[in-house]
Amino acid sequence: MSLTVGDIDPYLALVLAGFLPNEVWRWLGVFFARRIDEESEVMVWVRAVATAILAGVIAQLVLTPPGGLASVPLAIRLAAITAGFIAFLLLRRSVFAGVLCGEAALVGLSLLFGP
Amino acid sequence: MTDTQPIERMTSAAAFCRGAVEAGRSVFVYVLFGTFIGYGALAHDLGFTISWSLTSTALIWAGPAQVIVVSALGAGSTLVQAAVAVALSGIRLMPMVVALLPMVKTPKTRSWQLLASAHFIAVSMWVESFRLIPQIPRERRLAFCNGLGAGLMVPALVATAIGYALAARLPTVLGAAVLFITPIAFLASTARNSRLLVDKLALVFGLVLAPVFAYAQVELDMLLAGVTAGTLAYGCHRFREAMR
Repeated sequence: MSLTVGDIDPYLALVLAGFLPNEVWRWLGVFFARRIDEESEVMVWVRAVATAILAGVIAQLVLTPPGGLASVPLAIRLAAITAGFIAFLLLRRSVFAGVLCGEAALVGLSLLFGP
Repeated sequence: MTDTQPIERMTSAAAFCRGAVEAGRSVFVYVLFGTFIGYGALAHDLGFTISWSLTSTALIWAGPAQVIVVSALGAGSTLVQAAVAVALSGIRLMPMVVALLPMVKTPKTRSWQLLASAHFIAVSMWVESFRLIPQIPRERRLAFCNGLGAGLMVPALVATAIGYALAARLPTVLGAAVLFITPIAFLASTARNSRLLVDKLALVFGLVLAPVFAYAQVELDMLLAGVTAGTLAYGCHRFREAMR
């Protein structure tokens, strides 16, 4: 139960923790081709949990980022993601606009105030 | 479309190529390209090899699941925690497969063909196939979908490699910018996909609770924070329904 990627072959870890738990839903979709009510209570809960997990990963990527992003000060990372999200909301909910403004803020603020 | 050919004229190979060409015309190919540059960079900085990163794109083929699995494994989470988190994010694929397959199946279609095709199904491919397959004769739809899937996956693989190489070579600030694609792109696209209040609440609660759980060093923090935040959001939704 406490196995991590360091304990086994990374490709085996990819299959066990990435491929199979994802692919099994595609297989189930093929074999149990019954229509699923996406507005059913269980699906609403599942979608909420899946969204929250992804949101948590996003938060962790900003707060405790890996490698190169860690060299950018926390305040700049937070300012940049906030700027990007506000741009996304203001500019017709365009993901592209959000990414562009967030990136511009990150690079701009880093060049101005970075280490 | 003026170039719709009658069934007897369109071979499977032609349908596959048509799908690949449509993928190239799709707006999603640009979105995927940018997203997977970010993913490649993320995988690099979390310590995975380039061949592992490419294999993960080909095998998982679902952006959120990939980001979850590299973040979890790269941060030293257990395989079980990563697998459960991926499984929860993958459930949404099942209704997509269920909805698409009746439109591509014929009585002659074999199960293994469906399983192989289903592997390509992800949000982008699914939306595009619904838009495009009515123009394709039923007997050629499976080949068309495979072409569409391959036409989206190949650019994603190229982008994964580019992102990986960029993270390895770019000066610090630009390397950080490439890594920053993943959080900002996924934040915006998740917000965009959150139409209902329950989804929006789940996004906000997840953003807040995950760092709290991580800071408190809760065991299985990613998973428990997600389940707690999602359930809280669902509870608010139920409460609101009950008040009506």
